Amino acid sequence: MNIFLVLTFSGVALGAIYFLAASGLSLIYGLMDVLNFAHGLFMTLGAYAGYEVATRLPSSLGAPTLIVLAIIGATLGGGLAAGITELVLIRPLYGKPISQILITIGLDLAVVGLLMGGFGSTALQIPVPLWLIEPTHIGGVFIPNANFLAIGGGAVVLLGLEWFLSRTRYGIIIRAGVENREMVRALGIDVGRAFTLVFVIGGAMAGLAGILYTIVFTGDLVSPSQGDSLLIFAFIVVVIGGLGSIRGSAVAALVVALLQEYTSFYIGGHSGWAQIGDLSTVLLLAVVLELRPRGLFGRVA
Amino acid sequence: MRWPSRRIGLLVGGAFLALFIVVPFIGLHVPWVLPGTLDIVNSTGTLEVLALCFMFAGVAVGYDMMFGYTGLMSLGPVLFFATGTYVFDIALTRWEWALLPALLLTLGVSLALAVVLGAVALRVHGIAFAMVTLAFAQAFYFLVESNPHNLTAGDTGLSLSYTRLPSFLSGAVSNTRNLYWIALAFLVIAYAVVWLVTESVTGRVFVAIRENERRLDVLGVRPFRFKLVSFVVSSLIATGGGVVYILVIGTAVPSVVASTTVTLSILIMVVLGGAGTRWGAVVGAMVYVYLQQYLDKVGAEPSFTRLPAVLRVPLSEPQFLLGAIFVLFVLFAPGGIASLVVRHRSRRALGAPALSSLIRKV
Repeated sequence: MNIFLVLTFSGVALGAIYFLAASGLSLIYGLMDVLNFAHGLFMTLGAYAGYEVATRLPSSLGAPTLIVLAIIGATLGGGLAAGITELVLIRPLYGKPISQILITIGLDLAVVGLLMGGFGSTALQIPVPLWLIEPTHIGGVFIPNANFLAIGGGAVVLLGLEWFLSRTRYGIIIRAGVENREMVRALGIDVGRAFTLVFVIGGAMAGLAGILYTIVFTGDLVSPSQGDSLLIFAFIVVVIGGLGSIRGSAVAALVVALLQEYTSFYIGGHSGWAQIGDLSTVLLLAVVLELRPRGLFGRVA
Repeated sequence: MRWPSRRIGLLVGGAFLALFIVVPFIGLHVPWVLPGTLDIVNSTGTLEVLALCFMFAGVAVGYDMMFGYTGLMSLGPVLFFATGTYVFDIALTRWEWALLPALLLTLGVSLALAVVLGAVALRVHGIAFAMVTLAFAQAFYFLVESNPHNLTAGDTGLSLSYTRLPSFLSGAVSNTRNLYWIALAFLVIAYAVVWLVTESVTGRVFVAIRENERRLDVLGVRPFRFKLVSFVVSSLIATGGGVVYILVIGTAVPSVVASTTVTLSILIMVVLGGAGTRWGAVVGAMVYVYLQQYLDKVGAEPSFTRLPAVLRVPLSEPQFLLGAIFVLFVLFAPGGIASLVVRHRSRRALGAPALSSLIRKV
């Protein structure tokens, strides 16, 4: 039971990170039909931006201030990278979805290569305050504090995104565009600006996901291809949740992450089953697609 | 559309084939074209690089049939490539089977997997199909990595045991030229299969599916079966490539032969060469593999270390250069290398291709 509680907390924390990565992917796909392979790159760039902020600023600021600044830096870095990507590479290729996918693949390859050259392929350590490493005592078990940071971050972004999409003008344009892009354009609204905005928001969430993943799951280590390994799970979450649906992404992220944590602990301990946690997410995807090809919350195709 | 240049294509292809067949007998020293220890044309290193080029060219032309001709963007070719390396490797090394039964088993497993996974994945269309195939391939990667029943050796990698192979294939360095010819033969077979299928009525249906699947449905042709055929044949060719890979390289490591990187490389090769042209995929794969090896060697040359970091860091990362070249192609020459060649020629002759592309633009 105690172990179960620990697994649940770490599963929800992982789910929060999956949600941050997947909701951006899902919005971008829903609005623009772009399957963004550079999303993993945005996560990695976010983590590196956080690393740069945390190590370049004077340590006299104190570890708690530095980590907050690093998280802000990661979010801004991810958003900036995504905005530039949209303006420079995606925009010239409107109406060619395959070319847009291909160019994000090329970009990911090129920039990850650049990171390997610039920072080396060995992992780098982000300094974090002691508080994040210490656990909190809840219900007879010790939960690492970093978990709460990820869960809090995910919850804040989910609420903020729901508010933005339902209460603001641009949010409503984005939602309408996901439903029917041509109709929005026909009404004389500049959808192009919404495209850039969605990329910036998605990239910022990816950057945040990147640094939170680093703090919670990699032992504060940053490496050039860490985002690409997360990307696969983000894709799985997006398809299970239904392309274009934020709530779908949130629910699917929790389901996938918890399934992964539980199976990898309870079954993965046996020899030859070490990868069952990762494998189970793919099996879940196959089952969902068989029963409900458009995903849990997807619109009717 | 009949190409007036078809005979030229045959001649060029035949000439290259003849040249590549005799390469192992040419002991020329070619500086710069092949850097470092590879500068002798028939050295073991060069032959191995060329064998890899042929192997990937075969896999790429098979992928082109599915992606370029049928319009199915599968992100799972690595699954069948890895099936080739691992099933063949396991049958020979773990179970000590003979060559022919091992080969038959490998193709049989691949066929069964392709039919089942293809039938499931083809229930969805477009991007969802891409994602599902990606997920299947990733599941296979996790499976191989977890070393079930100590079959795959996990991350350590499974080395091929040569004891049951005929002596002309044993791991000896002097056998490299035999492996080279096998890789070349694989390319010729893959190309011939793709040529036969795409030039047949089935191939016409593939193109029709790519252009407008719903129209076919209306005409009473079930696209599903044709898509499955395209998927299965392409997958079997990828499996053949995997078998050639393990024979040439001798070790299967999950991160090298089973990860998504392989899929993306194949996709890049096909697009770089020109999707839907067959020979473009071959050229794209040769260029890609050659550049990868070449840039890796050049980046390590001592003259490079003297460059300032701003230049040295990007220029010594093959992955950055290949990615950047690919991005430029997608932006400025989406038809790949093939479109550059054809466009250049048709401007001179103003033949049928140029006219038809003009009409399409109007």
